[in-house]
Amino acid sequence: MSTETLEQTEEIVVKKTAEPLLSKRRKKFITDPLNEDNPITVQVLGICSALAVTVKMEPTLIMSIAVVFVIVFSNLIISLIRNLVPNRVRIIVQLAVIATLVTLVSEVLKAYNYEMYKVLGAFVGLIITNCIVMGRLEAFAMGNKPYDSILDGIGSGFGYAWIILTVAFFRELFGSGSVFDFKVFEAIGLASFPTNGLMVDSIGAFVVLGVLIWVQRAKTGYVEHN
Amino acid sequence: MQQSNAYIIIFTAVMTVIVGGLLSLTSQGLAPAQKKSIELDTKTQILSSVMDRDQLSKMKPDEILSMYNSRIKSLVVDINGKEVEKNDKGGPMVAEEVSILKNYKKDPAQRQYPVFKFMNEADPNKVDAYILPLYGAGLWNAIWGYVAIESDLNTIAGASFDHTGETPGLGARITSPEIQNRYVGKKILDGSGNVVSVNMVKGEGNSGLTEHQVDGMSGATITGRGVNDMLEAYLNHYQSYFATVKNGATAKL
Repeated sequence: MSTETLEQTEEIVVKKTAEPLLSKRRKKFITDPLNEDNPITVQVLGICSALAVTVKMEPTLIMSIAVVFVIVFSNLIISLIRNLVPNRVRIIVQLAVIATLVTLVSEVLKAYNYEMYKVLGAFVGLIITNCIVMGRLEAFAMGNKPYDSILDGIGSGFGYAWIILTVAFFRELFGSGSVFDFKVFEAIGLASFPTNGLMVDSIGAFVVLGVLIWVQRAKTGYVEHN
Repeated sequence: MQQSNAYIIIFTAVMTVIVGGLLSLTSQGLAPAQKKSIELDTKTQILSSVMDRDQLSKMKPDEILSMYNSRIKSLVVDINGKEVEKNDKGGPMVAEEVSILKNYKKDPAQRQYPVFKFMNEADPNKVDAYILPLYGAGLWNAIWGYVAIESDLNTIAGASFDHTGETPGLGARITSPEIQNRYVGKKILDGSGNVVSVNMVKGEGNSGLTEHQVDGMSGATITGRGVNDMLEAYLNHYQSYFATVKNGATAKL
């Protein structure tokens, strides 16, 4: 009897072919958060940092890299230890993993890019409270394999990154008349182009973000239900 | 799956040890690099009060540090203009390590006042400018900076300001060269040698400014007032030092 069961399991193992590295199902992990399930514009998470760091492109880019790094690696780590994590303290474990990674990022920034550390210092620390990271850990990494979790992290990270980079692009362009500190309007001979002080303030981020959400929802037809 | 309490406690304990160990290792490992970047930041700011910022930003970190070492001589004085040679721990005093913030919280008479002397390139014993650190309060939070006074102890050679949380686009403009260059060439003393400082006036685009006034920042009157108070306070604190310099007390000072 015992040999029979052994054969059966072997059969199943043989039948199950390896899923391609980027199968249709896996591609969706990356593409969904970029548009239809975007963490900022659709799930409306992580708004706080989207408003705070997007005055200029350069800090925004650093912030995006930091968030992608934290979200990918915390997803990976949590997914690796998901079967070991005691259910009752899982939120604390997730928080500890995120906080460790964020502290690492912050320390590295302080050592090798002090200029950016001065600009972003407080906000990098606040990645810990960025609901996107926590949300992905709880909703995805706790129940999925490491590789899928990495893909999910990349998707959500870049979903966050492209939105804040777009917001920063318009805020810096109209608020400071530059992109990556390159004076655009002076370069094309419009030195007298008036910059808009509103764009430098958080209000500018609200406006740009609102327009982005509007454009996106007009295209995807997404409607919020009560 | 419901784990036992013992498992949870062991799990969290192990996690704490791993996480704590990792973080302290990183902190220790990165400490020298961090110290260097903070040092570079301070020295760049000191130099930027007397040098062209564009030129500074093109220089490599090592070039800035060697430039600083060759051109800046620093010392620390007390409120009476006497040099302080020992730090609080009894070791030799290093002006770059004096925390302006910590001293700001003390009574002006108890403070240590660092002076950074910008030496002449050709004659290393001649002082081109005296660079003084400043600290004060803006509208929302702390503001600080450096002001460079020429060797006549009256004319401002340059200034650099920084801040924690002034309004972007309004008060935060104190960090821009546009604002800081307004101070160049202004005088801090009146005809009879009393400190009148340099005041940023209200509003922008003012005409008929005296040599003790600079144009204001539109929409940032309170930040401007903070800069005025800071500048005036520190210029007064350094007057006894300047008096000893003027009397030619020692070549060392």
